[in-house]
Amino acid sequence: MDERVLLQVQNLRKYFPVKGVKGPGVQAVQDVSLEIKKGETLGLVGESGCGKTTLGRTILRLYEPTAGRIIYDGKTIYDSGGFELPAPDKDGKSLPGQDGKPQVHKSKKTAPDMLPFRRKMQIIFQDPSASLDPRMTVGEIIGEAVDIHKLASSKTERTEIIKSLLSSVGLNTEHANRFPHEFSGGQQQRVGVARALAVKPEFIVCDEPISALDVSIQSQIVNMLEDMQNALGLTYLFIAHDLSVVRHISNRIGVMYLGSLVELAESYELNKHPLHPYTKTLLSAIPVPDPEKSRARSRIVLEGDIPSPMNPPAGCRFHTRCPYAKPICSEQTPEFKEYNKGHRAACHILN
Amino acid sequence: MDNTEKKLLEVKDLRVSFFTPAGEVKAVGGISYDLGCGEVMGIVGESGSGKSVEAYSIMGLLQSPGKVIGGSISFEGEDVLAYDKDQMLDFRGKKVSMIFQNPMTSLNPVYTIGNQLAEALRTHNKGISPAQANGKAMEMLTLVGINNVGKRMKQYPHEFSGGMRQRVMIAMGLICSPKLLIADEPTTALDVTIQAQILELMKELQKKTGMGIIFITHNLGVVAEICDKVSVMYAGKIIEQGKVDDIFYKPGHPYTIGLLRSMPRVDAEAYERLIPIDGTPVDMLNPPDGCPFAPRCEHCMQICLTKMPPYIALGEDHRSACWLRVQEKLNGGEGQNNG
Repeated sequence: MDERVLLQVQNLRKYFPVKGVKGPGVQAVQDVSLEIKKGETLGLVGESGCGKTTLGRTILRLYEPTAGRIIYDGKTIYDSGGFELPAPDKDGKSLPGQDGKPQVHKSKKTAPDMLPFRRKMQIIFQDPSASLDPRMTVGEIIGEAVDIHKLASSKTERTEIIKSLLSSVGLNTEHANRFPHEFSGGQQQRVGVARALAVKPEFIVCDEPISALDVSIQSQIVNMLEDMQNALGLTYLFIAHDLSVVRHISNRIGVMYLGSLVELAESYELNKHPLHPYTKTLLSAIPVPDPEKSRARSRIVLEGDIPSPMNPPAGCRFHTRCPYAKPICSEQTPEFKEYNKGHRAACHILN
Repeated sequence: MDNTEKKLLEVKDLRVSFFTPAGEVKAVGGISYDLGCGEVMGIVGESGSGKSVEAYSIMGLLQSPGKVIGGSISFEGEDVLAYDKDQMLDFRGKKVSMIFQNPMTSLNPVYTIGNQLAEALRTHNKGISPAQANGKAMEMLTLVGINNVGKRMKQYPHEFSGGMRQRVMIAMGLICSPKLLIADEPTTALDVTIQAQILELMKELQKKTGMGIIFITHNLGVVAEICDKVSVMYAGKIIEQGKVDDIFYKPGHPYTIGLLRSMPRVDAEAYERLIPIDGTPVDMLNPPDGCPFAPRCEHCMQICLTKMPPYIALGEDHRSACWLRVQEKLNGGEGQNNG
């Protein structure tokens, strides 16, 4: 893993309008900023409805963002405009302004064609049986991506690509002629991985890739994803609600609550020194597969349910369920800032 | 637990098959266990291991083409399988009740919550007045931690969140004070923070009422948290059984060992590669001869492929069906292999 930032997301916002309701509708992703370095795995956790899947899909522009800016490998793939950027000179260096600070200019709205980026950015979905076309053979499913991006110059080459992909995900080459229903859940997910890898991508959004699988199969898929990453230098955005798996596979973890990123830190740092009260609750809610530890520990149980993202609480979105909430929490949105090196959180109590 | 000598439920060599057009599927292939009053037993297994089918047979809820083809189920000494329809109606809901994985599909969307709770009570207590039934329903809702009960009674299932619906299901299950509650993956569809709430609630209610619970799940973390003892199922058979500590700290079956090893450790300080169980789950239409786990087992021997191993006692109330353990016993070694 090098320090080069592969993907940068700034103040990304995704609202889904609701018919017959005034206002912005469902505020699924609210001002999320993060960056992913080349070769790293960024985990994203949170409860259902917190916007983690929406964030993943909006980054790929499978959902068109409502606002914000997404930079992939130095190229803007979305910009809603109005971001202050340093004004570069011909060599790409920023020009000094009058007061010594770099000159800035406002960015323009841009939304380029995604097809060239689709080759570099792929996704693996949660439910393998729902994300594979039941009427296509596995070979056709994998080959479709190869065709769209014109990666094979001849039929033989196309077949070779499909065969080598199948064996790289641990399936037999004869499986190319079978249909998805002939496979078990774990094998279907391997097909899903092979399809994503068909275009030789650099960045893959893994959207709950193991949640639908049996426990004994989950670790097989996790190990395979790790092997692929090491062999091909892939960068992952790994979305899941199971914090123990996310912690295992990720270099850094972002915790989401009701559309906002509330904490972002290195995996083991987050585990040992969680800052945000929601992260603490989430950690304490995971059942520990160890009877003695389970008996020994005390748990923070949250009151109530997650509020509706159509009408999220003002200020800090967590204040309605937070055991430490103060008056300021319901008035001001806390700033997402760095408390320790590489450890960011959004919480008033930390100040 | 001191009240465990009296057996609440005894299941002996239960066999359930589904007669499908493609052939007989032996979903449950001869399982035995017992449960004392106030005990919480976990049944762990992958999808298709027969854990739910087993629970459905106790409740008499098996549907065609499923059929109990052998064995016995006795509840407080009475043979449940011999019950006629009326006896079964009386047994189900009053003595034993069940909560399911998805609370939305188990609640009727066109009746109010209050109506559905009171119905459960009135079915089993013909003499009770509507006002009394309503009062009891409100009492139960309060017990499971639902606020604003008066208003909530008049609401419909869709007006409740997932966690709240599961609370309603628990209230409904407990309204006739059953002695046994069967919980079939009650927290699987819920988020971790809501799962934590429901687990705390079930632990508290179990202490309060002293009922026995059969907790069906695939989540070993949940098992460690709530169960006194555990049965591990694989392909319709219980391959290991014991107290919760024995299962977690002295597992005797390669499948149990493999399951525990394949999960990321919670207290891991740094990255450790996972050790998965290779292979795929059993095709129940064509189960292998011998031990069903043999094709995936790293210690597989010749005999494993031909004969199902007998149970070997590994300690008090701890037994496992594995030829490795049989071999150890024959060699005179009492020691257990923790893998």
